[in-house]
Amino acid sequence: MSSSASAAARAPSPGAARAFLRRLALGDAITHIVTLIFAASIIIITSLLVYQLWVNSVASRKAFGWHFWTTTVWDPVFDHFGALPFLYGTVITSVVALLLAVPLGVGAAIFLAELAPPRISEMLAFMIDLLAAVPSVIYGLLGIFVVVPFVRTELAPFLETTLGFLPFFRGPSYGVGVLTASLVLTMMIVPFIISVSREVLMAVPRDQREAALALGATRWESTIRVVVPYARSGITGSIFLAMARALGETMAVTMVIGNDPKVFTSLLAPGYTIAAVIANEFSEATGTLYLQALIELGLVLFLVTFILNGLARLLILATEQRAGARV
Amino acid sequence: MKRLRDFGILVVLLLMGGTAMGQSHDPVNLNAAGATFPYPIYSKWFDEYHKLHSDIQINYQSIGSGGGIQQLKAGTVDFGASDMPLKDELLAQFSFKILQFPTVLGAVMPTYNIPGVSAELKFTPQALADIYLGKVTKWNDSEITSSNPGVSLPGNDIVVVHRSDGSGTTFVWTDYLSKVSSEWKDKVGSNTSVNWPVGLGGKGNEGVSGVVQQTPNSIGYVELIYAIQNHLPYGMVKNSSGKFIKASLATVTAAASGAAAMMQKDIRVSITNASGADAYPICSFTYLLIPVSISDATKRDTIKGFLHWMLASGQGMVEALDYARLPQAVVGIEERQISQIQ
Repeated sequence: MSSSASAAARAPSPGAARAFLRRLALGDAITHIVTLIFAASIIIITSLLVYQLWVNSVASRKAFGWHFWTTTVWDPVFDHFGALPFLYGTVITSVVALLLAVPLGVGAAIFLAELAPPRISEMLAFMIDLLAAVPSVIYGLLGIFVVVPFVRTELAPFLETTLGFLPFFRGPSYGVGVLTASLVLTMMIVPFIISVSREVLMAVPRDQREAALALGATRWESTIRVVVPYARSGITGSIFLAMARALGETMAVTMVIGNDPKVFTSLLAPGYTIAAVIANEFSEATGTLYLQALIELGLVLFLVTFILNGLARLLILATEQRAGARV
Repeated sequence: MKRLRDFGILVVLLLMGGTAMGQSHDPVNLNAAGATFPYPIYSKWFDEYHKLHSDIQINYQSIGSGGGIQQLKAGTVDFGASDMPLKDELLAQFSFKILQFPTVLGAVMPTYNIPGVSAELKFTPQALADIYLGKVTKWNDSEITSSNPGVSLPGNDIVVVHRSDGSGTTFVWTDYLSKVSSEWKDKVGSNTSVNWPVGLGGKGNEGVSGVVQQTPNSIGYVELIYAIQNHLPYGMVKNSSGKFIKASLATVTAAASGAAAMMQKDIRVSITNASGADAYPICSFTYLLIPVSISDATKRDTIKGFLHWMLASGQGMVEALDYARLPQAVVGIEERQISQIQ
C-alpha cells in the first residue's frame, strides 16, 4: 500500500506514469540486448578460434588425415608429423595431476570452510589466492631447482623399490619427466580447487548444517552427507577450472617434462605435451607443412579439452542422477 | 604538487626535443624481424647506427627465424633475419628475390657433467654422432676413451640432452652431425628441430645447461656466447684436419675464412666441418634477409648504407658481445652483393 501511495505521489499524472513505465521497459530491452551481445561474444570468439585453426591447418589435415591422431613420429626434417605422443603426454600429466590435486584440494577446502577457526581460514584463503596468482614460470623454476632433484634422488628410487612391480614406476629416472611435470601441475592447480571449493562450501546455508545436526548427525556426517553434496556442482566447477589449466599449461611443464615425444609407460620417463611443443617449435618452424602441423596440434588440444570437459560433465550428470535416485 | 609540476616540465622538454629532432630530416623507419640468437648485436648495431644518423630508426623484433621469414614473405617487415640460410624451395615461396647477408658467426660446443672428471674432454666427430644416435651409451666406450688417454671415465650411462625449442643452435649441431656421419644424415638430418633418436629436451641454452648441470653423466650442446658468459666447461672437437680444437672467437673466424672460396659461388654455404688447421668445426653464420629490389629509394639507400657500415665499423663491435667477426674475405663477397640491391 505504501509503495503504491509513493508511486502515486511521484507520478502526478497518468501520462507521466506511462512514460516512466515505457522507459523501464526500454531499459529492460537494452539490458537484454547488451548482455546478449556480451554472452554471444563467447560463442563468436570460440568459433573464430576453431575456424582459424581449421583453415590454417588445411595442408597438414590433407597430408595426414586421421593418421595424425595415431602417428607417433614427429620429424620436422622429413616432414612426418603425428600428434599421439603429445596428446598422450597432455592427457596423462593432467589426469595424474588431477588425481593428486582433487583429494588434496577438496580436503583442504572442507577443513577451511567447516573446521578451521574463521581467522585462520581467512588468512589461509588469502595465501591460497596468492598462490593462484604466481606466474607459471616461477612454478617451473621451483620444479627445476626443487622437484627435479627431489624426484631423482628421493622419490624415483623410493617408488622403484616399493611400486617397481608396476610398469608405471620402472626404468631410469633423470629427475625431469612425466611424474615431475604432474607434481608441478598439482602444485599449480590445487590453489584453484581450494579457493573456489572453499567459497562454495561457505555459501551452503546454515539451515542445512543445523538440520543435519538436529537430526543427530555428527559434525563429520553433516559435512560429508549434507554440505558437500549441496556444494557439489560448485566443487566440480573448480575441478573443471583446474583441469583446463592443467591441459593448457605450457611453461612450467616444458621446463620439467624432458620434452621427448615418445609414448611412455613409466611415469618416470620423459614425455611431451601439446602446449609445450607448440610453444617450443612455433617460432622457428619454417616449412609450410611443419607450421600447419603445429597449428593442427592446437586444434587437437582444443578438441581434447572439449571432449574431456564433456566427459566430465556426463560423469557428473550420471552421479547426480544416481544420488537423486537414492534419496 | 611540486612533483607534478616537475613532471609537466619534463614532458614539455621531451616534446620539444622530439619536434626539434624531427625537423632536421624526414625520419626513416625500418622494421625488421627474425632470429633471436643475433638479437644482442643487432640491437647494439641499430642503436649505434641511430646515434650516427639520428633520423634513421631500425626496429627489430626477435621473434625467431621462422617468424621473421613469415613476416618478410607477407611484406610486413622491410627485412628479415634467419639463423639458417634459406633453401631454394623456401625462396620459391617468395614473390620477390631475397639476398642473404651473413652478419656474425656463432659456434656450438659440447658441454658435459661427469662427476669426478674435471679434465677437458676431446670428442671425435664419430663419438659425438654415435652418442646422439644412441649407439654409444656409456662414458667408458672406446670411442670416447681412445681420444682421451689418461682420463678415467666412469662406466655410467650417458644422459643425452638436446634443445627442445626450435633453434639455430640445433640447426648448426645437426648440420655438423649430418656432415660427419652418413647414418645421422639418413636417419635424422638437420633442421631447427629434429626427431631425436635419444635424449631429453631442455628449453633454450639455459634449459640445456640447466639439465646438464643437474644430471650426473650428461652431455648437451650450447651456444658459444652462452658457454663463455656462464663459464660452462666444454669439450674440444676434432676438426677436418685431425686437430682437436677448442671453440673460441678466433677458431670460429678461422672456420669462416676456410669457407670463403666456396662462398663466392653460393653465399649460403655451410661452414660446419670447414677446412683449415685452426678451424673449429661446429659453427655457422647468421643472416640478414634483404629483398633484391626495394622500390622506396630512401629505404633502399638506408639499408645499403647500414650494410656497408655493418661490414666495416659494425664488425668492430661484435667481439665485445662474444660473437665471432666475419673474415675479411667474406666481407669482400658481401660488399659486392650489396650492389645488387636496386
